[in-house]
Amino acid sequence: MSLISMLARMEAVESGRAQPLATVRHRRLSERPLVLVPLTTAGEAGAPLGALVGTDPEEPRLLVVAQPRDRDLRFAFLADLAEEVLPYVDSFTDVVEAAERNEVDPESGKKVKVEVELCADAPQLIVPSRAGIEYVRLLGRSTRFRRTAEQDPETPFPAPPRVPLLGRWLTHFGERARVPGSSLLLAATDLLNRHWATGQSSLEDQHLGALLAWIDPTEGQPGAEAALRAEVGRDAQGQLLCPPAGPATDPAFDNRLLAPAIERYDRARQALGAAEDGEAADRGLGELHAAERELRRLVASQLKPTWDAVWRAVGLLRELPEGSRVEDRWTRDRWSFTGHRDRVTAGEPPQPRRDDAVTAASKLAAREQAQGQLEAQEALDDPLVLAGRRLAGEAFTAEVVEVTMAWTESKRPAPRPLLAVRTDDRPHLGEKTKVFRSLDGKPQAAEFVRHEEDGSLVLRVLDRMGRSREPAEGSVPEKGERISWTLFEHEQRVGPKLPDPEETPWTHGGPPRTDAVELPDAVTPEDVF
Amino acid sequence: MPRPLDARALAALAANPGCRRRALLDGAGVDKSVLAAKLGSPAPFGQSQFAIVRGNSFEAKVKADGGRELLRLIGAEEPGEVSVPDLAAAGPEGRTARTALALREATGSGGWTLLDHPLLALEVAGSPVYLEPDAVVVRPDGGWTVVEIKSFPMIDGSADAAKVGAAARQAAVYVLALERVAARTEGARVAHSVVLVCPKDFSNVPTASVVDVRKQRSVTRRQLDRLTRIDEIAAAVPEGVSFDVAERSPEELAASVECVPHQYAPECLAACELAFHCRSRAREAGAVETLGRSVRAELGGLTTVGAVLAAARGEQGDPADPAVAALRRARSLRAEALATAGLPGGKALAGTEGPGCR
Repeated sequence: MSLISMLARMEAVESGRAQPLATVRHRRLSERPLVLVPLTTAGEAGAPLGALVGTDPEEPRLLVVAQPRDRDLRFAFLADLAEEVLPYVDSFTDVVEAAERNEVDPESGKKVKVEVELCADAPQLIVPSRAGIEYVRLLGRSTRFRRTAEQDPETPFPAPPRVPLLGRWLTHFGERARVPGSSLLLAATDLLNRHWATGQSSLEDQHLGALLAWIDPTEGQPGAEAALRAEVGRDAQGQLLCPPAGPATDPAFDNRLLAPAIERYDRARQALGAAEDGEAADRGLGELHAAERELRRLVASQLKPTWDAVWRAVGLLRELPEGSRVEDRWTRDRWSFTGHRDRVTAGEPPQPRRDDAVTAASKLAAREQAQGQLEAQEALDDPLVLAGRRLAGEAFTAEVVEVTMAWTESKRPAPRPLLAVRTDDRPHLGEKTKVFRSLDGKPQAAEFVRHEEDGSLVLRVLDRMGRSREPAEGSVPEKGERISWTLFEHEQRVGPKLPDPEETPWTHGGPPRTDAVELPDAVTPEDVF
Repeated sequence: MPRPLDARALAALAANPGCRRRALLDGAGVDKSVLAAKLGSPAPFGQSQFAIVRGNSFEAKVKADGGRELLRLIGAEEPGEVSVPDLAAAGPEGRTARTALALREATGSGGWTLLDHPLLALEVAGSPVYLEPDAVVVRPDGGWTVVEIKSFPMIDGSADAAKVGAAARQAAVYVLALERVAARTEGARVAHSVVLVCPKDFSNVPTASVVDVRKQRSVTRRQLDRLTRIDEIAAAVPEGVSFDVAERSPEELAASVECVPHQYAPECLAACELAFHCRSRAREAGAVETLGRSVRAELGGLTTVGAVLAAARGEQGDPADPAVAALRRARSLRAEALATAGLPGGKALAGTEGPGCR
């Protein structure tokens, strides 16, 4: 934690209210996000219990698995989820704009520009917490290798038609969420934590209810008090006032409410199966429906508060203006979305269980690059983030006190003006340390020359002044201007190119096998998922 | 009736070694969940019956077929005859003695032996603590291996790191207890790697993975050695202090608990029954650790939120102190940035118009 955010947390402790950590919004918020609040069954790997899903805060779709151990009911749940998620995703695949991409021409080996499609917008999934993101990944992993009856008529337990496709998309969302600064799949807690500092630790900040208690307290309660109520407050029946944001449920809910309701459901199903005449069957059916309704009510009671909390978080974040470089990162998300759309359309197989060496290395490199880019862009977009970098000596804000024109000593002299600037910041500058400022959204570089005796710094501007002897208008700072300089680069350099997968050296496992097809997970009779 | 320590509690000690309160209460066998409830901050821990049922059925499956399934998992090519001795006996002392005997017999036998729920004793703070691992396997060469059976899944060969870590700390306690028995058994050797058995992917099929617990073992051992000194902690407690949760009133208990210093950190919330109680005390005291364990490191001698804020505002503190100077700079930079953005909390600074970076 940086000193500035630590201070913000302490101010939050003192005031009982969360304090801003950002002055602009650093993530894209879609106009029409799809919110997904999943619940899972304790002890089972990814056996869903239910979910609320939808794009309209007033009208979530409730999905409930009445008996989580029943494979058919689970498949029905996944089919219903696919019915909500896939049409939403599909609504973004057809609206495209023309774009250009650099590709290497296979014949000439030269770089050429290729006209391609880029989806004009992309879907956005919002889940309550980081555990929710992990759960999306888990759902994706558990469904993308499933076989439908159409793909494989022999498969013992065929999945409903669109479920494997749902798995591929959820996997893509989950994978993209690991790229710093991406916004395809977001957790409400991460969003709030990026923009506000609470008076509690980052561990406690993972509780969505407690987090909102600090940021948006109802009835003006002090944050710590309201957060405590959200964390441990229970009603007369011993149930949490603020159910966990999932996907795990509260054990007290499982043991006292859910287990008896599932038992009742099981009994009703048995009775219906054993009914010998029409009258008994009618009675059995009535009881089964009643048991099912009760289960739906119970699961909804745990989901609805979290659903509302996620939308509250979305509302709070919408009030912040979007940072100007957020659009740039969203464009990358759109590329990623378009790329996966194309892979699905081309009939490529689902994402493998493990990446091959080259894919893994390029993913890592891309994430590192995205991290650097995110840090730079956030600082450029937001004076409060920049303040943290200034405190760390990685940036400084300075007033220009003098501009002296100078030129290079070549045949065609180019401008290299010297700036004397004055700052209270303490940047870590050494001889020829490069510094950058943003000029019309593009970085302009300067180098540190020396400290003057009166405490001012001398910088030499190096580029973006045009080709002629006289610098282009507006390209050289003027006396009296206050400018922020950074010691870090604004744009991340792309690392060296990796070899093609076929060229993977033996040290890294050699070329990936092309004959190995990813088999679906083995299915056993007592298989729980 | 003191509550016996179990492996989980012993392992949790390693999570916050400096906490005297926890060390004393654990050493004295105080039931901390009852204590926490009496103090008005009940522990939020509980286990879902779904998880328990699933855990039990998975364990039964792993141990099916006379232990041969488990031995196949840990790599015995053709285990042949697997001996599964009956470990039943009266009382914990009887069971530990029975376990020790079975271990001795198995070590000399030259075959595979599976000890299902053996009972081990470990001396902690002067009194024996009884520990019950899921299983211990004795190899034909006399090696003893702890087996932990957990019901969280291992998906594509990897499992949740936090859960694996907790299992490793727990298994390390068993390794320590086994070593005491091995010291008295000829030809015995306790493996410092344990076998973790989990369901594979999304199925009920078990899969095993070897986990090296050397580090956890040494941490826990250091902790336990420290625990033997709790008589020193106890000596510092005034006469008449009692943690008798059945007899004493909440006020008396609260006063008793206050006599033993805690070392609250947010990590306690996941590991200690008293954490919510200690947190509220730490917050009342304004301790900076409530915001995170690492916070203290950057603040030099400032230990309370009030002192930090006063230093940052220039009301207190020595400006020559680097921590104080850094705080003041941090506060003024933060205020300047907030003012730039027109947000409350910032003070207007002359000459600032709009963000410097466009």
